[in-house]
Amino acid sequence: MTAAASGTELFQYLLRLGDTSLVLGHRLSEWCGHGPALEEDLALANIALDLIGQARLLLQYAGTVEGIGRSEDDLAYLRDGRDYRNLLLVEQPNGHYGDTIARQFLFDAFAVELWADLTRSSDAHIAAVAGKAIKEHQYHWRHSSGWMIRLGDGTDDSHARMQAALEQLWPYTGEMLTPDDVDEAMRAARIGPDLAAIEPRWNARVGAVLTESTLTRPDDGWMQRGGKTGRHSEHLGHLLAEMQSVHRAYPGATW
Amino acid sequence: MSEKDWPLYEVFVRSRAGLSHKHVGSLHAADAAMALEHARDIYTRRAEGVSIWIVQSDAVIASDPSDKEMLFERAQDKAYRHPTFYTIPDEVENL
Repeated sequence: MTAAASGTELFQYLLRLGDTSLVLGHRLSEWCGHGPALEEDLALANIALDLIGQARLLLQYAGTVEGIGRSEDDLAYLRDGRDYRNLLLVEQPNGHYGDTIARQFLFDAFAVELWADLTRSSDAHIAAVAGKAIKEHQYHWRHSSGWMIRLGDGTDDSHARMQAALEQLWPYTGEMLTPDDVDEAMRAARIGPDLAAIEPRWNARVGAVLTESTLTRPDDGWMQRGGKTGRHSEHLGHLLAEMQSVHRAYPGATW
Repeated sequence: MSEKDWPLYEVFVRSRAGLSHKHVGSLHAADAAMALEHARDIYTRRAEGVSIWIVQSDAVIASDPSDKEMLFERAQDKAYRHPTFYTIPDEVENL
């Protein structure tokens, strides 16, 4: 850890990374057995497992940094919604398959850039996780951007649904790209990236695929925020209730 | 499920360099690019391979099962065609 950032800030930052992976991984796992085709069902389950794997490593490290003996399971299963630090975008409901793809696409465009920068993190743990995660995110991006093009430039119906999905999710994209105090502290310590530098790269990625998808980029209006500091939409509580129910009903159970 | 099924593809995976691609199964996909991604997700998720080939199933020309006797049974009594009279060095793993 670099001296410039306090342990508390690093802990918060690790929760943001870990919780974002965990919540999105859980959301995608809700598709298991319900995908539009067997092959896509497996593809989404694969992506979900990648994300949950990342969450384990990040929350494990977060527990170490926090230093009061909490394991990754304690952090994942025994925190309530207001202690979660995931982006609001990833807790949004799955909707129809196009909604899920649009959410994934907007996130993947960010994740590919974020994790590429994190491979150069001054924090050796984060850099090691990033070395693995970046390959996963590159594949996720390929999957979601491919589907954006197929559905956006598909039938009139699929085009209209994808445009509606984009409009619905767009207000949740600002939070990813707008730095706050914790992001700034991480940047100063060279642990995290400069979000201001990621924003144009995100826009370029998203813009190129939207053009190919024949979809219209929504206007940047009011942007939702709060996930990074624990203020969530009502959807997170329901997700956590399901995700945590077994662990809370049978504390300490192993299998 | 989709109302209209995607075309079927056959998947071949090379498990490691030096070996040939081996048929591992089939899958449905809208086109070749999607077939490759599906093959990666379905057939290589436990590190089974280093290379994938995809062939649309209707491009495969297959022998007729009812020709089995005519085509293959005559080879069974020609043991001299099998290279079983050589000792293979231990170092040769894949023959």
